[in-house]
Amino acid sequence: MTTNVLVRAENVHKSFGLNEVLKGINLEVNSGEVVCLLGASGSGKSTFLRCINHLETLSNGRIWVGDKVVGYRQDGNRLFELSDKEAARQRRSIGMVFQRFNLFPHMTVLENIIEGPVLVNKVKPAEAKRHASELLARVGLEGREQSYPRQLSGGQQQRVAIARALAMKPELILFDEPTSALDPELVGEVLDVMKDLAKSGLTMIVVTHEIGFAKEVADRVAFMHGGEIVELGPPLEVLGNPQHERTKAFLSRVF
Amino acid sequence: MKTQTAPGPTGTASADLKIVPRRHLGRWIGAAAVVLLLVWLAVSFSRAKIHWPTVQEYLTVPVLIQGIGVALLLTAVAMAIGLVLGVVTAVMRLSKNPVVSGVAWLYIWVFRGTPVYLQLLMWFNLALIFPVIGIPGLYSGRMIDILTPFVAASIGLGLNQGAYTSEVVRGGILSVDEGQTEAAQAVGMTRLQAMRRIVLPQAMRVIIPPVGNEVIGMLKTTSLASAIGVSEILSEAQHIYYVNNRIMELLIVCAVWYLGAVSILSIGQFYLERHFAKGSSSRQLPMTPMQRLTSIFGTKRKA
Repeated sequence: MTTNVLVRAENVHKSFGLNEVLKGINLEVNSGEVVCLLGASGSGKSTFLRCINHLETLSNGRIWVGDKVVGYRQDGNRLFELSDKEAARQRRSIGMVFQRFNLFPHMTVLENIIEGPVLVNKVKPAEAKRHASELLARVGLEGREQSYPRQLSGGQQQRVAIARALAMKPELILFDEPTSALDPELVGEVLDVMKDLAKSGLTMIVVTHEIGFAKEVADRVAFMHGGEIVELGPPLEVLGNPQHERTKAFLSRVF
Repeated sequence: MKTQTAPGPTGTASADLKIVPRRHLGRWIGAAAVVLLLVWLAVSFSRAKIHWPTVQEYLTVPVLIQGIGVALLLTAVAMAIGLVLGVVTAVMRLSKNPVVSGVAWLYIWVFRGTPVYLQLLMWFNLALIFPVIGIPGLYSGRMIDILTPFVAASIGLGLNQGAYTSEVVRGGILSVDEGQTEAAQAVGMTRLQAMRRIVLPQAMRVIIPPVGNEVIGMLKTTSLASAIGVSEILSEAQHIYYVNNRIMELLIVCAVWYLGAVSILSIGQFYLERHFAKGSSSRQLPMTPMQRLTSIFGTKRKA
């Protein structure tokens, strides 16, 4: 099975000052797998996600994506933090979708999508534009290339953000509460796009509050509490028959 | 029917009521006061012993046109230096590296903390500290040959401007959401790439109005350069009126030239702001004067 593992987190600790947010996370995500991280606010889900592409530094532990340790270079028993340039190189293969979309407001939809490929991956603009149009069609936004983000609804903006992440042809995409900032009637269109991606075999780690989505799409669900993963398993097991006290309490509040 | 009548005076159908807009009495009084003041000023100027033909005559004197040219050139060079330094030091100050941000802080502290006038004098007299300048083995020259009044003024005004612009740029950068940098990093950009492609273009919207202000301020500050022997318009005008004693006439000529130059700069600022407003609002961009004109005539034609 080990050949198949794409993401491996080992004893991940993270503190902000004296506040220990992650207290030893261990998680393996296989290639092509969809894992949903559930848990109450403040349980450390988003922080852990941000550690996976080194938007946060670690206090202890290691995270591998592919065969590389994220953000650090191991030499003997020491981990040296990578330079900004090397960290940026690693992030090329890890896409991320944010809660508040974070589209570039001064650029059109098309420019948002091709910025990474053209600037970072040195793809030819014509080629990048063709790919961008394909991706827009895939997220159901064909023909919106010249719109500015402000002219789109939240759901449309988030779908553009997904297309932007896909444009880098990542082997892994991290979703940080992708539907939490959306009006209820717009949540569905974003989840539909994500279901479609999951079916296509993309590896996805999704921090979400959408229990229904987790149940339907996730291969495994991890429930986090107090900076630890307290329960991990297939959605039907974790959501249908929770073993841990906290999971039960959380689920009873959500449903 | 009872449901159709709201409480209050009845008897008139809503359709027959006329809406009277608010009357702006203050505006009329204000406008009248302004007109009176202008008339009074015009009368004073015409009664004073101002020889208007002299004003007209000196308006196109080559020395003064050259003078405003020098002022504009000095503004351009000093602002260019100031902007480059301002952006670089603003980025430096936001750096996590304490040495880098410390250097930027020191620069701002020194150049914002002393008068421009003093700085100009120091640059002009730099030869007292460094009589010879050069790269060892490659080039060397005497400081007084290299640091001409114009060069000294450019450096002096530019370095001073950089310290102020730095704070303006820093404010602009801080106004851009941190999520923008993170999103840029998430598609593999380095911090510097994110700064250049994503953060600075958005910061420009906040930076341009105060920088426009500073350009206009700079144009007028260049008159200080006369203290170290730069022949800009105001010093040239003084040289003339020391001889012919037409003081007010020549000052009016200078005022006309300054106002003209500032007006042109303001137009430039309008279009620059318009350019960087791209995508910042779902509303339409403000119309250019040309568009406004065509829209007025367009509606007239329709009517």
